[in-house]
Amino acid sequence: MSKADAVAGMLWVGVTAYAVFGGADFGAGFWSLVAGDHHPGRRARELIDWAIGPVWEANHVWLIFVLVVLWTGFSSAFEAVFSTLFIPLSLAALGIVLRGSGFAFHSTARRQRGRSAAELLFGLSSLLTPFFLGTVVGAVASGRVPVGNATGDPISSWLNVTSVLIGALFVATSAYLAAVFLVSDARRAGAADLVHYFTTRAIGAAIAAGALAVAGLFALHADARFVYDGLTSDGLPLVIASAICGAAVLVLLHRRARRGARPLAVGAVVAIVWGWGVAQHPYLLPQTLTIDDGAAPSDTLTGLLIVFGAAIVLVIPSLALLYTLAQRDLVREGERPLPHPTKP
Amino acid sequence: MSVILAEAMHLPLLASSQLEAARSQMAFTLGFHIILASLGVALPALMLIANYRGLRHDDPDALLLARRWSKVVAVTFAVGAVTGTVLSFEFGLLWPAFTGQFGKVFGVLFAIEGIFFFLEAIFVAIYIFGWERLKPWTHFWCGVPIAICGIGGAFSVVAVNSWMNQPQGFSPTSGDVTKVQPLKVIFNPAVPYEVPHMILAAYLVTGFLVASIYAVGMLRGRRDRYHRLGLLIPLTVACIATPIQFAVGDTAARAIANDQPIKFAGMECVQQTATHVTEYIYGRCTSDGVKGGIGIPGFDSFLVGWNTDTQVTGLDTVPSDDRPPANTMLHWAFDTMVGICTMLIALGAWLGFVWWRRRDIPRTKWFLRAVALSGVAAVVALECGWIVTEVGRQPWVVYNILRTQDAVTQADGVWVTFTIIVGLYVLLAAALIITLRAMGRRWRTADGEGGDDDAPYGPSAPLPADVPSEEGVR
Repeated sequence: MSKADAVAGMLWVGVTAYAVFGGADFGAGFWSLVAGDHHPGRRARELIDWAIGPVWEANHVWLIFVLVVLWTGFSSAFEAVFSTLFIPLSLAALGIVLRGSGFAFHSTARRQRGRSAAELLFGLSSLLTPFFLGTVVGAVASGRVPVGNATGDPISSWLNVTSVLIGALFVATSAYLAAVFLVSDARRAGAADLVHYFTTRAIGAAIAAGALAVAGLFALHADARFVYDGLTSDGLPLVIASAICGAAVLVLLHRRARRGARPLAVGAVVAIVWGWGVAQHPYLLPQTLTIDDGAAPSDTLTGLLIVFGAAIVLVIPSLALLYTLAQRDLVREGERPLPHPTKP
Repeated sequence: MSVILAEAMHLPLLASSQLEAARSQMAFTLGFHIILASLGVALPALMLIANYRGLRHDDPDALLLARRWSKVVAVTFAVGAVTGTVLSFEFGLLWPAFTGQFGKVFGVLFAIEGIFFFLEAIFVAIYIFGWERLKPWTHFWCGVPIAICGIGGAFSVVAVNSWMNQPQGFSPTSGDVTKVQPLKVIFNPAVPYEVPHMILAAYLVTGFLVASIYAVGMLRGRRDRYHRLGLLIPLTVACIATPIQFAVGDTAARAIANDQPIKFAGMECVQQTATHVTEYIYGRCTSDGVKGGIGIPGFDSFLVGWNTDTQVTGLDTVPSDDRPPANTMLHWAFDTMVGICTMLIALGAWLGFVWWRRRDIPRTKWFLRAVALSGVAAVVALECGWIVTEVGRQPWVVYNILRTQDAVTQADGVWVTFTIIVGLYVLLAAALIITLRAMGRRWRTADGEGGDDDAPYGPSAPLPADVPSEEGVR
């Protein structure tokens, strides 16, 4: 494996982490948006509020990580993507600003009006960001992003059947991940009504995501033959793994199983993200720019790998400390458990 | 003033495609972020000083300040994370050719910054969680990484800007970069003066800004020990930082006269290379020299080389295409920054003298009024400094290597994104100020302190159970 491949792998770790953690976060915003103001919806929003922990920032750090690794390791691909896809990326950034503002002000806003505004921002951003990031992925996968400063079509590069389907798939996948997570959270909180509420929604989102994934495959077949061929050859085991995980989650949800759904749902997303990576390999921008051709000079790649190693050594123990602290709270305040059980 | 406005208005008329929109958007978003970034760097340090004092001297007022400031840290850090993310998008959305050509050169610094940012976010959360879950001294030490990461992050980001001023460590200098020497990039010649200048600026701005809030409180009659301490801790830090900043800034100006002579000529309105150059305070820059303003003969040469015989490079040494725009604005920004710093030193000297004589802050209300103004003044100085370094580097984005006009995106629509972002940031600023004021009000009226769930990164509030479930338990 070349150094460029190692950095591309590092990039993909970031993409995967963002798809899972950022996706679950945006999915929660999606459910918050569609919950409505009436009874079950309001309680659902309270659960969402409670479940989104203090490590929210960690989710979005992955996005910054992806941007920095892309522009440092593969500068010309970064230039191509961010100039040709100016419109969808600006809209995704808009969503991120709204989401971040919602996070910053939500917990400090005491008045209901302030809270509602923060929730609305959170909800809107949860549609904007995954959808437009999905169209970006569709544009890259279908080879519509040529190298250079805005040399691709500013509109049709991302406003096409493949891109829109992948955008919708991203929204559905986020909603699905979040609903599966929220089922566990509701169980942890002892809110049986919400377990039921999110189980039905998780199943619905899973079916929607599955349907969109199949439709997406057809679109890729017609429109992005290279990636389609990759998904059905080298990437096939990962595609199958993703499908099996997804189906298993449906069964577990249907049976109201206490455990297993969460890791399997994450597995489904991880498998498809890596499936896409394998299908595209060795291209960064399919059929115009390979990983090796697009990679930075050797010393820069070494620098990135060193920094990545340092990040693992420094960040993981710190995160572990934070999680332990959050757990310790649960243990010590045993008489006053954080979530109150719902009375029958 | 009208001259500056005229020059500023004139800029968009020169616009070629997206350049002026992109420059405006970058200037606006960076100018906004730099205030939050400064708070993110220095406010944790003030919080830790209060925390230390509270524990060491068993001082409940200091501990209360530390606890409240930690919530302000969380809010400003969360907003700063948003405006920082926007900046990282802008590297591609506004300047794709710059990042496409040189991302591989300066990018490692941002990767390092990413670690500091991540760690800072984690330790902000740990610190806020820790108020009720850690032993007091353990809790204090868990806050120390926040301040260290703030300085580390500032180093990384400002080192990139230094590199743009003094690019080195890559080859070839035109076309596709094939060789990079990361250490030469990181420790470029502008780092020794630009990085400390910015970190000190962060401490100075944060110190005066926080002190000014308590000064306003004291002017409104809240003269208890809590407010005095809230004024004194940040003000002491800022007053110590200011004279150091003056010396570092002076060193930086002299280094710039050497490293980027055209930027220096722009700052000082030096048209022709000469010795015995007059230093002008304000005045209007024209091609015939400075009109108006207060001139001190020979002083500009003296400042550059400690001798009025020193030769100062003039703007005429390069073609007009290679000179920075908006000369009067640049000159005024520089003079305003230096002027404000001088006045802040005087404020510090006043405090220092009275404290030395009778261990107290000056009794006159004029002192509190001056402190109340110092926060805004420090922010103005910060923005002026940023204008000097950024506008002064034009027309280059990478000094003498890549022109800003060649770095800008070819995509259409930057005027649209600029307009939207101005609107959004106005709302963001309003929400931030309203939130911080509401927190302050709550602190004044609340008898108890409540939990830490009213800050981002804080623990979640308990899930309310008072809403009866219609469906019941299945």
